[in-house]
Amino acid sequence: MTILNDIIQGILLGGLFALFACGLSLMFGVMDVINLAHGDVAVAGVYLAVVLIPASHIPALWIFVLVVPAFMIGGYLVQRYLLQPSLDSGAITTLLVTFGLSIVLENVLLEVFTANSYSLNVGSLVSSSWQVSSQISVPYLDLVILGVAIVVLVALQLFLVRTRTGRLVRAVADDREAAELVGANYRHLFAVAAALAFGTVAFAGLALGAYTQVSPTAGPTYLLYGFEAVVIGGLGSLWGTLAGGLVLGVATTLGSQVDPNLGSMLPHLVFLFVLAVRPRGFFPKRAVT
Amino acid sequence: MSALLEVSDLSVHHGQLEAVRSVDLTVTAGEIVAMIGANGAGKSTLLRTIAGLHTPSRGTIHFDGRDVTGLPVHARVAAGIALVPEGRHMFGSLSVEDNLIAGAYSRRRGPWTVDKVVELFPWIGERRRQQAWQLSGGEQQAVAIGRALMSNPRLLLLDELSLGLSPIALGRIYAVLPELVSAGLGVLLVEQDVAQALSVAARVHCLLEGRQRLSGRPSELSMSEIEAAYFGTGRAAASVGEAQ
Amino acid sequence: MSDLALRPERVAAEPVFVVSRSRRPASWAGVLGIVLVVLLAVMPYVVYQSLTSTLVNFFILVTIATMWNALAGYAGLVSVGQQAYIGVGAYAVLIAAQHGIEPFVAIFIAVGVSVVLAYPVSFLVLRLAGAYFAVATWVLAVVAYLLVLRYPSLGGGTGAPLPGLGNIGATLLGAYTYWAALAVAVLAIVAVYLLLRSRLGLVLTAVRDNEVGARSIGSRVTGAKRMVYMLAAGGCAGAGAMIAISQLNVQPGNVFNVQWTAYMIFAVLIGGLGTIEGPIVGSIVFIVLQQTLAQYNAWYLIILGAVAMAIAIWARRGLWGTLVSKVPIHLFPVGYYVHAEPGVTERRGLARLLFGPARRAKRHPTAPTPSGPTPSGR
Ligand SMILES: Nc1ncnc2c1ncn2[C@@H]1O[C@H](COP(=O)(O)OP(=O)(O)O)[C@@H](O)[C@H]1O
Ligand SMILES: [Mg+2]
Repeated sequence: MTILNDIIQGILLGGLFALFACGLSLMFGVMDVINLAHGDVAVAGVYLAVVLIPASHIPALWIFVLVVPAFMIGGYLVQRYLLQPSLDSGAITTLLVTFGLSIVLENVLLEVFTANSYSLNVGSLVSSSWQVSSQISVPYLDLVILGVAIVVLVALQLFLVRTRTGRLVRAVADDREAAELVGANYRHLFAVAAALAFGTVAFAGLALGAYTQVSPTAGPTYLLYGFEAVVIGGLGSLWGTLAGGLVLGVATTLGSQVDPNLGSMLPHLVFLFVLAVRPRGFFPKRAVT
Repeated sequence: MSALLEVSDLSVHHGQLEAVRSVDLTVTAGEIVAMIGANGAGKSTLLRTIAGLHTPSRGTIHFDGRDVTGLPVHARVAAGIALVPEGRHMFGSLSVEDNLIAGAYSRRRGPWTVDKVVELFPWIGERRRQQAWQLSGGEQQAVAIGRALMSNPRLLLLDELSLGLSPIALGRIYAVLPELVSAGLGVLLVEQDVAQALSVAARVHCLLEGRQRLSGRPSELSMSEIEAAYFGTGRAAASVGEAQ
Repeated sequence: MSDLALRPERVAAEPVFVVSRSRRPASWAGVLGIVLVVLLAVMPYVVYQSLTSTLVNFFILVTIATMWNALAGYAGLVSVGQQAYIGVGAYAVLIAAQHGIEPFVAIFIAVGVSVVLAYPVSFLVLRLAGAYFAVATWVLAVVAYLLVLRYPSLGGGTGAPLPGLGNIGATLLGAYTYWAALAVAVLAIVAVYLLLRSRLGLVLTAVRDNEVGARSIGSRVTGAKRMVYMLAAGGCAGAGAMIAISQLNVQPGNVFNVQWTAYMIFAVLIGGLGTIEGPIVGSIVFIVLQQTLAQYNAWYLIILGAVAMAIAIWARRGLWGTLVSKVPIHLFPVGYYVHAEPGVTERRGLARLLFGPARRAKRHPTAPTPSGPTPSGR
């Protein structure tokens, strides 16, 4: 029974990982960029919320209405003025620039906020839980985070399938030149994809901040979880990404049953195993890249 | 009538290689101009440069009297230039219908809709929900043309129309060309099938190693002249004495 | 052999650099390199220990930057996980010292263990390209870190002091440490230089300059990449061993920190990717800025990161590459030049040789090719 409880907890945690992963997946699918600063951007979201909550008097649960749009604008600008020039100068450059961004962001947060951890107080959600049976209890916060993850994924999917811009974002992932030939400015579309990625990772950061204490150096850990979910799930498939996140979540909670160290390590081991046997993941889509 | 497209002294480099060498060219509205030449002659490079995918090293491109030489691709689409690229370049993961809708991304006004394209190529009707990568080469070619038409162009650049097409599909596409042109569209056509090109075009140009070796109306050109220009044999007198 | 000139450098030791237009200045560079090393080697006798310990950090940085440059600049492998081997090196020294082995001797063990470990790992990671390779190496470093935490004898999360050096006097230990760090750095540079001069270097250069042509020698390419990967593992382990010895302490959060990789990347990008000299120049800039801005915490790192990003985007050759493009200097002529296009024969400086005259934009093969008129053929 505790195993069942662990698996349920793991699935709930997996929603958080999937939230980290979907932005990475989108940017990788559309412009072949892995943003190594992805985790640090999420952490920056927590710190922005920490600053904005007292200033705006918006409760922590609703602060996303400020943070997410701010990050979408930020994502658009970062893509347009930092990543796009690096893309123009080669794939290696982009990787290095996002890595540099990660280190710079992390150290700026360290300088400004010191090494202290912060979390977002979302009130009674944290403490209360739904007692399913004597063995199984599901914290409301975890349920909310999984719900947010699913809503974000569905919204993203709808945007990509139903809207004029979303359709072209998919199109530019298929064939950049052809997208230009139908009159699209691919730089704009890339920046739109980055805006969506930054918006989703802002959600991820806020969920993380509600879930646990976040320090300026936490970013890379969640970047790695996110990337692992993308790889396990198979590139280019948002639902595969969700599945990948769930696998990692369950690996974390099951490992933690043995000891906390194994809880941190097991998702990475699962990832390395998948990389060794199925480098294209378990739900590979037809090659998008 | 003033020219819709006016290319003058255009040279294009791929690194060290000069793929197009001082080419002059005009296309007027309602006219089909064909570009013939052997493989590697620079035809695709020329069309892609007109569409904005390559930057010329010399020369200018005027469209509708306006200098578009420095414009990015998407701005030229907005101005009314559409290229059907060699190799079709479908959006493979999008449905056929979404490929067509994507073609209208530039929001240029005009007569073309998905239904109009289906009228042109009726088989698309029952396959509009299929993903584009599932189509055969000829079907993709038709969708590519439809997608280009969806931008309501005034100038249509067609690269290697007949490549990979079945004779029936090809016949169908060539049958609709005059229809499109009579509505005022200008067409610049790259074709390896010389006879086909001569039969539809008002004027032809032959490229050899990036240079314009021959230009004129099909009726005024002899087969031997064309052959000489095409393969670079014979005296190959550069007969660029053509009325623009 | 012509056009020899001497040039002062901004290192404390006043070393000399050879400037030569000659195609084979290697023997002169070799002689002057030895002079430079000898000058550096006598430093502990003439300067204060505060300076030599700064130079120890400089040598460590030169070592890891040289290794990262070999990986990314020559083998095209962007590793973000070299801290794994730094940690392995440091812990190898710690474990050896705990078993009574002299730490300075244990440097060899550290390098050996790391190279041996890198061999099987290379089969996992070398199948991956680009971002996959980068993140996989990073994950491996995290796993190595988490593994170390599981062993209480290694001090768990707090780490452990390095035993075995207590009986050496502080001054002498400082000097030994300095010489060891210098030796590791020199060996690292020499090893990379020799590797690139070998047939493997030719293979790697061929890959970088002309990916398509090099497919025909695909298996040898993997072999060459494996050699570079293992060499880089050994070099970083040597640096890790020096970190352990110079700090007399091994902390997992320090030796496995991804910031080490940031240091090497920033140094290489600033100095110039794909040149032997670049990492050295970048390390000088790095250490000077770090020392100058010491009282402002990590701001030096933020500035270096920002500068490195800007250089990566807008001045890919870095400081050394830019200098070489203006003045044809090459101290370490490793530049075999292989290119598919005819007509490009002018060899002008190492950076040009190594980068080739054309920009590489392989990931988007259909991108509009920037073109322009060329002086030849008119
Ligand atoms: N993107 C490119 N990069 C480098 N060389 C190219 C590129 N595209 C075409 N070329 C070269 O330019 C020349 C002309 O090619 P192209 O315009 O495709 O000719 P065509 O369409 O007439 O067959 C050829 O020698 C070809 O190899
Ligand atoms: Mg062609």
